Amino acid sequence: MAQACAVGLRDISIAFPGASRAASPFVAVQGVNLDLVDGEFVAIVGPTGCGKSTLLNAAAGLLKPASGTVTIHGKALAGLNRAAGYLFQAEALFPWKTALDNVAIGLEVAGTDTDEARARARKWLARVGLAAFADRYPHQLSGGQRKRVGLAQVLIRDPKILLMDEPFGPLDAQTRQIMGNLLLDLWSQDRKAVMFVTHDLEEAISLADRVVIMGAGPASRIIGQWRVPIPRPRDIDVRLEPAFHHLHREIWAALKDEVVKGYRQSEVAS
Amino acid sequence: MRNRFTLFTLQVLVAVVLIAIWHFGSTMKVNIPALSPKPFYPLDPFFFSTPLAVFERTFKDFYTGVIWYHLGITLLETMLAFAIGALGGVLVGFWFARKAVIAAVFDPYVKMANALPRVVLAPIFALWLGLGIWSKVALGVTLVFFIVFFNVYQGVKEVSPTLLANARMLGMSERQLMRNVFWPSALTWMFSSLHTAVGFALVGAVVGEYLGSAAGLGYRIHQAEGVFDVTGVFSGMLVLSIFVIIIDTLVSAIENRLLVWRPAPAAQA
Repeated sequence: MAQACAVGLRDISIAFPGASRAASPFVAVQGVNLDLVDGEFVAIVGPTGCGKSTLLNAAAGLLKPASGTVTIHGKALAGLNRAAGYLFQAEALFPWKTALDNVAIGLEVAGTDTDEARARARKWLARVGLAAFADRYPHQLSGGQRKRVGLAQVLIRDPKILLMDEPFGPLDAQTRQIMGNLLLDLWSQDRKAVMFVTHDLEEAISLADRVVIMGAGPASRIIGQWRVPIPRPRDIDVRLEPAFHHLHREIWAALKDEVVKGYRQSEVAS
Repeated sequence: MRNRFTLFTLQVLVAVVLIAIWHFGSTMKVNIPALSPKPFYPLDPFFFSTPLAVFERTFKDFYTGVIWYHLGITLLETMLAFAIGALGGVLVGFWFARKAVIAAVFDPYVKMANALPRVVLAPIFALWLGLGIWSKVALGVTLVFFIVFFNVYQGVKEVSPTLLANARMLGMSERQLMRNVFWPSALTWMFSSLHTAVGFALVGAVVGEYLGSAAGLGYRIHQAEGVFDVTGVFSGMLVLSIFVIIIDTLVSAIENRLLVWRPAPAAQA
């Protein structure tokens, strides 16, 4: 590969302790190999409970894999992944900080002085379309606006790797598409390596360079990868193109069985 | 309530009705031969006093200035009890929440100490600290400490794991986490218990005074009771309630100032 490897997952297995001491540990993912080159946008799609988020947490250094290694820019990861920005699915803004301070905090903790951090945060809020909302607290913003603040909060630190865990999952369909466009727009300016977890195949195809499909858990593994041949720049309308439909049908054929399996498993478990 | 004025009118009406019942019951004799051969007061003024007498006494206490000294003492005790108890509660709450081992070791003792009715401690404190203000402050502290302690402990423990993970991913050190995540979270919980904590600080002060002192509102009430001066007791209670309402309003104002970021509680019907 010509480009440098940004994130390398080598034979990763992740297990959680069993519910009781007697129970065997729950193996979430097993034997996963995945490489992200610099500037590549990879979407990971899989049925509910397949361990997509777990994999992302391993890449972030929030979780230590039971076996296998995570490498970041060629170096084995120990502790937190300092090169990465992480956009969470759940609410992760500081409720006691204004939108502006929420964005500025990433710079402030790194030692940038408050005035400069705020000035740059203001610029970032403008880039995500929230210039007029700098003084609002998170509860005064809509779900989509909070996600925009979250995006600015992560991107202001200029991480080389962007990890996203179903970031637009809780939003309504229209807002998701708009957020998708915003993300593509921001990403195309400096092309970070992106690991984007989602359960929405359409979202995955329209955003990513490569779609990785994971099988149903437990002990799920990667069952297939597809390059997305649709040229960039893209936007929402990509969903109307024949190439999109063709790819969607192909991937869905592989994914469908796993989704059914995943549901059956979660029904047995509950 | 749609109309604040209507609400206020109704609130005043409740007071007017209750005071009217009290007033007429204690000043107008009724004649019910089945109950008593002679005409009698339904609310005997010896036991219930009369509203006019109570208001007159209260006014006189303020007018002559006797009460200010006692109010000042009670206020001082309340504030000291609150400040010391809250400070201790915050520090220990933080410490326990961050060190699981310590919390586990002390857990049964904390529960034991909290289950103890504080009134029984009052004589001990009087013995140790004398009849001055410090025995009352100590009593208030034992009440305030646990309320604040439990809330701060809870607040630090229940920081959302996502928020914490986000803060770490944004590059916060342990100290920055403390300042930007744990401290504000604990503060929110502390403030949610502020009304209760201030109330208990006052309870500690007044009960302490009641059980043995030479000044304060509790002392005044106790003195009046000792000579069957019901008017004095009611007057003391009236002053006490006005005092509580003023303090509570102040606390609300401080709370609204400091917690502007918090979503407004669901609108009241």
